[in-house]
Amino acid sequence: MKRGFLESTFVGFARVVTRAMISEETARRRGLLQALDPRVRVVGLFSLVLAVTLSRKISVVVALLTVAVAIAILSRVSLFVLVKRVWLVVLGFTAVIAVPAIFVTPGDPVATFGFLTITEQGLRTAAMLILRVETAVTFTTLLILCTPWTHVLKALRAFRLPKEAIAMLAMTHRYVFLLVETASQMLESRRSRTVGILKPAAQRRMAARTAGVLLSKSIELSNEVYLAMQSRGFRGDIQILSDFRLDAWDYLGLTAFLLAGGLAVWMGR
Amino acid sequence: MDGKVSWTMPVLFELQDACFEYDGIPALRGLSLEIAQGERVALLGANGSGKSTLLRILDALHFASKGSVSFDGQRLTPELFQRDDYALAFRRRVALVFQNPDVQLFNPTVFDEVAFGPLQLQWPKETILSKVAEAMELMGVTHLRDRPPYRLSGGEKKRVALASVLVLDPDVLLLDEPTATLDPRSQSQVVDLIQEWKGSSKTVITATHQLEIVEDIADRVFVLEEGRVAATGIPPEILPNYELLLRANLVHAHRHSHGSVIHSHPHLHSHSKHEH
Repeated sequence: MKRGFLESTFVGFARVVTRAMISEETARRRGLLQALDPRVRVVGLFSLVLAVTLSRKISVVVALLTVAVAIAILSRVSLFVLVKRVWLVVLGFTAVIAVPAIFVTPGDPVATFGFLTITEQGLRTAAMLILRVETAVTFTTLLILCTPWTHVLKALRAFRLPKEAIAMLAMTHRYVFLLVETASQMLESRRSRTVGILKPAAQRRMAARTAGVLLSKSIELSNEVYLAMQSRGFRGDIQILSDFRLDAWDYLGLTAFLLAGGLAVWMGR
Repeated sequence: MDGKVSWTMPVLFELQDACFEYDGIPALRGLSLEIAQGERVALLGANGSGKSTLLRILDALHFASKGSVSFDGQRLTPELFQRDDYALAFRRRVALVFQNPDVQLFNPTVFDEVAFGPLQLQWPKETILSKVAEAMELMGVTHLRDRPPYRLSGGEKKRVALASVLVLDPDVLLLDEPTATLDPRSQSQVVDLIQEWKGSSKTVITATHQLEIVEDIADRVFVLEEGRVAATGIPPEILPNYELLLRANLVHAHRHSHGSVIHSHPHLHSHSKHEH
């Protein structure tokens, strides 16, 4: 049966969630990033993202992108996944903003197409924008692909983010899977009882009802979860246990990240 | 059958005419019972009979709108649970395993889940680590330590939910349909665990509608019907009472044929013995 727009949107969302689960497979592989303490990964990769945004020279951003690819290879991240899920997608979005810059940035003309003139400065601006975004997103993606979500959360705890905010992030991540599963079952159940193709208006009504039922279920679930928390002693202030330990390898990794970031900022002035 | 305890141990829970409603819909309608320390009790009843609500009342997650509920001689009220000292002491002694494990498994990993209770009760770190390891070993979930709960099977989720409660070593264990959705092997593990507590000072209150496990897990049975105690007694008194179980919607007539003769008899699983 042909899927409607809303159903296709939901299927797409479910696919993204499934991908998030698959990414944990990469996080379990033995590699450069995986061997480092999650806190080092968070600080190190964000320092490189900061270096990307502060660098003003294309050559330095290209060098940082090369570093990102090297880290990906050493961390056993599939370059195919990186190209397909990051570079092409980011290129599509960034090009929308970057392409007009080629024509509207004043400077030395390189080529003219009718009333449109491509300038050297325009090409540099567009290339810089695309390269910066591609490189920054690659570093961020490497963190997500090589670190289980639970470790990212624990690392954030170490940086003294409010416990409540982290607990909300953790529970959102935890229950989004359950709600996607529930919604998926509801859609399957509806499809199994639907004969023929529904008209768009009927599809919209059905989707609205499904969303309403899902909302009721999620409210009921949140009430139940709160009772389960209370039952085990929760009194409004979440207590946590941090069991990370830094070793020599982590200090070495952190130093390398910070040196690379600092060098890039200095050279890219 | 008045639900009074005939046990030599002191009364732990005492409910008198307890009522409770969900948005005006009655769930408990004047329920009275007593449960003694060290008793193993089964709450039998069909869906909607008030079993889960009763367990939540006993765990002080809900409070009776009318009547009274007492634990260890102390009347349970919302005001009492405003006091951190009483609430934490109560949570340390009484623990509930929810029917739906997804409700109970809200932490990012299995380890975090099992450690949640001890952390809230502010145990020392070393104690938490050793007790969590013990509880995971007991329930056979040590290998799942770093796994997120959404990636576990139904049976594994239930075992983790049990570990997350057993880690507190509570005096009173409230179990809501502990064997539902479990495969036969996991079911027998849970039943064996409850059997091991027989003769200890632990009080185990199990809500179930699986009649075949009742004799193994309970010394006394309460049959609930529409939010009231319909009957109470020891398993050999309650389980053969077909009229009572049929009325409480716990059994149904099983119709089948032997050649040309069609007949019906109670569907009672391991307790059903009939002549042809």
